[in-house]
Amino acid sequence: MRALGAEVRDVEKVDVLITHLHMDHIQGLPFFSPLHDPDIWVDVWGPVSSHQSLQERLNRYLSPPLFPIRIRDLESVAFHDVAPGEFHLDGIQVTADLVSHPGPTLGFRLEEGGRALTYLPDHEPALGAHDFPNDSYWTSGYALARGADVLIHDSQYTDEEYAERLGWGHSSYTHVLGFAGLCEVDRLMTFHHDPGHTDETLDEAHVRLQQAARGFEVIPGTHGAVIEV
Amino acid sequence: MAQQPLELILLRQLASHLVIPMWMMDEQGNLIYYNESAEGLLGVHFDDVGPINSEQLVGKWQVTQMDGSPLPDYDFPVVVALSKHKPAHRSLRFQGLDGVWRAVEVTALPLEGQDGRFLGVLATFWEVDD
Repeated sequence: MRALGAEVRDVEKVDVLITHLHMDHIQGLPFFSPLHDPDIWVDVWGPVSSHQSLQERLNRYLSPPLFPIRIRDLESVAFHDVAPGEFHLDGIQVTADLVSHPGPTLGFRLEEGGRALTYLPDHEPALGAHDFPNDSYWTSGYALARGADVLIHDSQYTDEEYAERLGWGHSSYTHVLGFAGLCEVDRLMTFHHDPGHTDETLDEAHVRLQQAARGFEVIPGTHGAVIEV
Repeated sequence: MAQQPLELILLRQLASHLVIPMWMMDEQGNLIYYNESAEGLLGVHFDDVGPINSEQLVGKWQVTQMDGSPLPDYDFPVVVALSKHKPAHRSLRFQGLDGVWRAVEVTALPLEGQDGRFLGVLATFWEVDD
């Protein structure tokens, strides 16, 4: 987020979509420089809770002693609680829905000009399912990812690792291939790699995923990657 | 609908792993799932009859009070949970589709997601001595 913020120039407004509030998904937020630029308006969108607003929940992190600057000191930012449904951002239709991950977690589908990108960075659709990936009606995330031109999806574990981390909210390589196939996407970008995996491990996994994919292309998610939808 | 809400997906997954009979309806009152344990009481495999929409559900199973007298639809625990969004419990007798009458305790709970979204009803039932 720090590097991305440095590239935001000559714009008046930025939208930030947050799937959920686990630390690895919000820790970069206070370092996103547009938040501290009064000439840029920032709208932050995140999952609704019945108990506290998005701003109240983010306040726990964006306040002393964890962070020196309080949210109330930021001049040009607004926080929006997102329930499952649709909203529009500058001509882009955004569909949000809850997906399988510990705690309320959204996935997003962004559509414009007949093209669709789906973002499911933390997702365990196979959890407890007897017949995954064969029943779209009972598969988390299906409605968001169906027919997407690009699916950015959790690809954290090998099958062996997943067996020991059931319920942690992430997918094995086998699961992400099955999910992408069920949803009939065009391109799958693997994402949310396990921090313990080396570049060599990821390169090897990518080769195996490419070979195993049927009907869609696999793109490795890499830092700073840019894809055209 | 292309896909059920996540809360119902997770609940179905849990129910499929439990031996407590469980019955699930969506927010429209359509029967969308019951588990293997419930199949034993209801007298039919879910996949043989379900899903069942709310209109077709009326009268599918004959239900009476414990003394055999008629039980109005509006007193069914699942109907109370569905219409009033409140939990409900009662004893009743019903005839499974295998023809066997059984006495059960039924508890129905309304399912509400974040932001107050009503999602449907979960019911559990225990067979008791007649």
